[in-house]
Amino acid sequence: MEYEPVIGLEVHVEINSRSKVFCACLNNFHSPPNSNVCPVCLGMPGVLPVLNVAMVDASMAVGLALNCTISRWSKMDRKHYFYPDLAKSYQISQYDLPLCHDGYLDIEVDGASKRVGITRAHMEEDTARNTHTIGGGISGVDFNRCGVPLLEIVTEPDIFSADEAFAYLTALKQILEYLNVSDCNMEEGSLRAEPNISVRPKGSTTLGVKTEVKNVASFSGVRKAIEFEIKRQVKALDSGEAVVQETRGWDADRGITVSQRVKESAHDYRYFPDPDLMPVVVDDAWEERIRQSLPELPQARKRRFREDLDLSEYDAGVVGMTKDLADYFDAAVVAGAPAKQAANWITGEILATLAERKSDITACKMKPEALASMIGLIGDGTISGTIAKELLPDLIESGGDPKAIVEERGLVQISDSAELEELAQAIIRDHPGPAQEFRDGNKKAIGFLVGQAMKATKGKGNPKLINQILTDALSQE
Amino acid sequence: MAKITLEDVDYVAGLAHLTLNPETREAMARDLGSILEYIDQLERLDTSGVEPMMHVLDVTNVYREDTVGESLSQEDAFKNAPKTDGEYFLVPKILDGE
Amino acid sequence: MSAELFRLSAHETTARIRSGDTNAREVTESYLAHIESVEPKVDAYLDVWREPARARAEAIDAAIAAGQNPGPLAGVPVAIKDNLCTREGRTTCASKMLENFESPYDATVVEKLDAAGAVLLGKLNLDEFAMGSTNENSAVKVTRNPWDSDRVPGGSSGGAAACLAANEAAFTLGSDTGGSIRLPASFCGCLGMKPTYGRVSRYGLVAFASSLDQIGPFTKDAEDLALILAAIAGKDPRDATSADLPVPDYSSTMRDGVSGSRIGLPKEYFTDALDGEVGKQVDAALQALKGEGAELVEISLPHTEYAIAVYYIICTAEASSNLARFDGVRYGYRHPDAASVEDLYRLSKSEGFGLEVQRRILLGTYVLSSGYYDAYYLKAQKARGLLRRDFDEAFTRCDVIATPTSPTTAYKFGEKMDDPLQMYLGDIFTTSANLAGIPGLSMPCGLASNGMPVGLQLLGKPFDEAALIRTAYAYEKSGAPTLGPAPLG
Ligand SMILES: [Mg+2]
Ligand SMILES: [Zn+2]
Repeated sequence: MEYEPVIGLEVHVEINSRSKVFCACLNNFHSPPNSNVCPVCLGMPGVLPVLNVAMVDASMAVGLALNCTISRWSKMDRKHYFYPDLAKSYQISQYDLPLCHDGYLDIEVDGASKRVGITRAHMEEDTARNTHTIGGGISGVDFNRCGVPLLEIVTEPDIFSADEAFAYLTALKQILEYLNVSDCNMEEGSLRAEPNISVRPKGSTTLGVKTEVKNVASFSGVRKAIEFEIKRQVKALDSGEAVVQETRGWDADRGITVSQRVKESAHDYRYFPDPDLMPVVVDDAWEERIRQSLPELPQARKRRFREDLDLSEYDAGVVGMTKDLADYFDAAVVAGAPAKQAANWITGEILATLAERKSDITACKMKPEALASMIGLIGDGTISGTIAKELLPDLIESGGDPKAIVEERGLVQISDSAELEELAQAIIRDHPGPAQEFRDGNKKAIGFLVGQAMKATKGKGNPKLINQILTDALSQE
Repeated sequence: MAKITLEDVDYVAGLAHLTLNPETREAMARDLGSILEYIDQLERLDTSGVEPMMHVLDVTNVYREDTVGESLSQEDAFKNAPKTDGEYFLVPKILDGE
Repeated sequence: MSAELFRLSAHETTARIRSGDTNAREVTESYLAHIESVEPKVDAYLDVWREPARARAEAIDAAIAAGQNPGPLAGVPVAIKDNLCTREGRTTCASKMLENFESPYDATVVEKLDAAGAVLLGKLNLDEFAMGSTNENSAVKVTRNPWDSDRVPGGSSGGAAACLAANEAAFTLGSDTGGSIRLPASFCGCLGMKPTYGRVSRYGLVAFASSLDQIGPFTKDAEDLALILAAIAGKDPRDATSADLPVPDYSSTMRDGVSGSRIGLPKEYFTDALDGEVGKQVDAALQALKGEGAELVEISLPHTEYAIAVYYIICTAEASSNLARFDGVRYGYRHPDAASVEDLYRLSKSEGFGLEVQRRILLGTYVLSSGYYDAYYLKAQKARGLLRRDFDEAFTRCDVIATPTSPTTAYKFGEKMDDPLQMYLGDIFTTSANLAGIPGLSMPCGLASNGMPVGLQLLGKPFDEAALIRTAYAYEKSGAPTLGPAPLG
């Protein structure tokens, strides 16, 4: 039988507020174990939570970016289960009235656009981290992460392949980065994706039994886990076995999912409204304030780059990949750089240079204004592209004004005809072979001669002028 | 509504992660049964159209600003810990999915 | 040294310290000596902080000598229920679970007492985790009623009531979830107030039922209620449920009298179930208030019969959640044999919690569990709305409501322990105020023929504690019989 997979995604995003969600402890992944803890996040007797307003603001921003409806009235609930990483043995979360609901995210897969429904995005608190490396049959618990604000984003079962899941996660991460609400670091756990997967006979409209996969540490891991799970379920059904509704862990080393047996009663979460926290009531003014604060989002920006600035699909995609890069590009254009050329420099030399150094645009010391200025120097014939390329690593590393540097280092292009004519004669004399080829009608041979002339001037010769002078000289003979 | 069986008590004790000894288990079934029987008089009360009262105070939107305050010293954080290595709170090894 | 300084009220004590008539150290010594003599018979304290109290008293005296104002409670000795977190000593909730717990922080009320210049004498016994009406559920010891050592002091703030009745502190603080201040106040013949929910910060009060718990004072007279409530009330940024309202100057409105004030008598509270002796004393108190110019009006609180059912659903549901955190990982009792995480929870909780606590955890877990939530918890929340509406309507016809605090006087030890339901029904007059969130106080109004104090309960509009204090003060000044010191005081 032919099957089709149906996939939903639950993504947990740690919000990068300064302090935790219900207490004033520092929200920082890199602190020593149990140093960012207080009576509140340790769940000491007698303590009370107070909601961090930055969490509500950030959650609303994400909700709006995902086209969600923002609840006018929502509340915090307690979700009960026992686990050593849960200080109070309940997690403060949102149950039946999430802050954000009924949104969507448009993604692109193989050039086609597709809409993934967002069921809800709700506020909750992160749990502590357990470490199993202590040995001696003992685990350790670090409560630094306990109480870090966490936004859970849940999709509709609208995803039908591992590639679509990957595209959704990529697009979601891009938005979160644009909003600057999270570090989005999967290795550090600030972004965690848990797919649920079922398969059903092709054409069927009812959903099959689903499994949920946890412990996936990368987007490509999610893709692999989904692919594995689809194959596993299809194989089970084909051999007449039933798929069991369960949580499975992703074993990245072995590339398989493994059943995590969980007692049935562990899922009786006994939700009820947290009496310690007051309802979250959002009026039009608050929602509008957040809406106004949203940056131009990736899709809109990419569209503008293509339509208004005439970039290619590819260039618009690369330049708009991160907000920092897109901001850089926009600033260069504002500073006077022609968009197309600015995009070429960024997608080409600049990103390549940064990639070599394993850094990104935020580490680039060359200001967007400097890029614009450098492109201007090429445009007005002050320097050649070759010189510009040579200058670039220094500019990226140390910054500075390109014009001043060009002058200081004597890199101004040679456009003196007399000097270049003398040089042309010498080149023709030294390379009789290619010169003769040109005379015999192979016009392409001029390229070699120009190259030699550029080499002789250490890149400073004006290549256009050299070309002209060489052509004239060979034609006049 | 309610007649509490020993199985009910076991289920609830399981949820609450309590172990009851045999006598307590029976006493609890009896006590919970009679209390719930008393509570069941609520069935007589018509609450249709009544909003559940989650808070007696009619107050909304109580927040703290996103500022960092002091955390506990390691000494205070571990002062009451039954088992610690000075870096972590220690528990018996946690198994996958437990 | 004046031998009987421990008999003074809080306002008299601080006035005499300020006037230089005595000093904080002398007052503290007087209490410590009195504790030494009566505590063996009362057993109200779980821990007496002798040296810290002396040092604190000396610091207060030094501040006064230096011309500073140490606050409105300067030098007044206070003791607090041991479910209020203190950096000093331990905070045990009278439970094996927390027998060694040293709080790394002070409750907001403790900070406020410090800021007001009070001298903390120590921590008081209670029913384990404030669950009980007799103090017999303490895992540590049995506190006795200073009026009759064969009788319970009431609960759950039994230690706080007995301590005050025995003059072992100038005032005490307790907590009231369903009557846990008012009931023991009535049993022990002292004043006890549960403020409006949200009036006093709960930060640092070990939670029993978060939507019902309030901290409040036990005092020797109405004037002390005014003084102490003003010192501990107010918005606390650490408690989102504390009300952002100004705290009135209760001491100045206290003397306004009750002339023209309407006192509502709910017909549902004055029934045959009421002990005749209790009814008689309460009637006499009402007549005394009438004599002061108050008007007595009959009112109805029609959903009263459901209060206990609603209360035991909500309080146990919240308790099952609040007590889930005691797992032996970060603090608290940890069973030595736990070899797995599951064992760690099960063994630690089963050994660390007493039976009544376990009973309430089970009941609360049951009413929240899948399939029962709507029938119990949600239904109770709705009924709670109806109970509140009863009061809102009643308060259109009266300013204050008066009832007995308890249908009976203090029980004998063991009398109610076998049947938890009978014990729960003893809270019949007190739980409604917690469900509705309104303020209530209990004040002594004479003795029954068994020699035990009877309590008059006054209930007020939300945040109108001033009316309750004014009424209590008018009663005290009416010339109606007040209680002498308890035999063990
Ligand atoms: Mg979640
Ligand atoms: Zn904290």
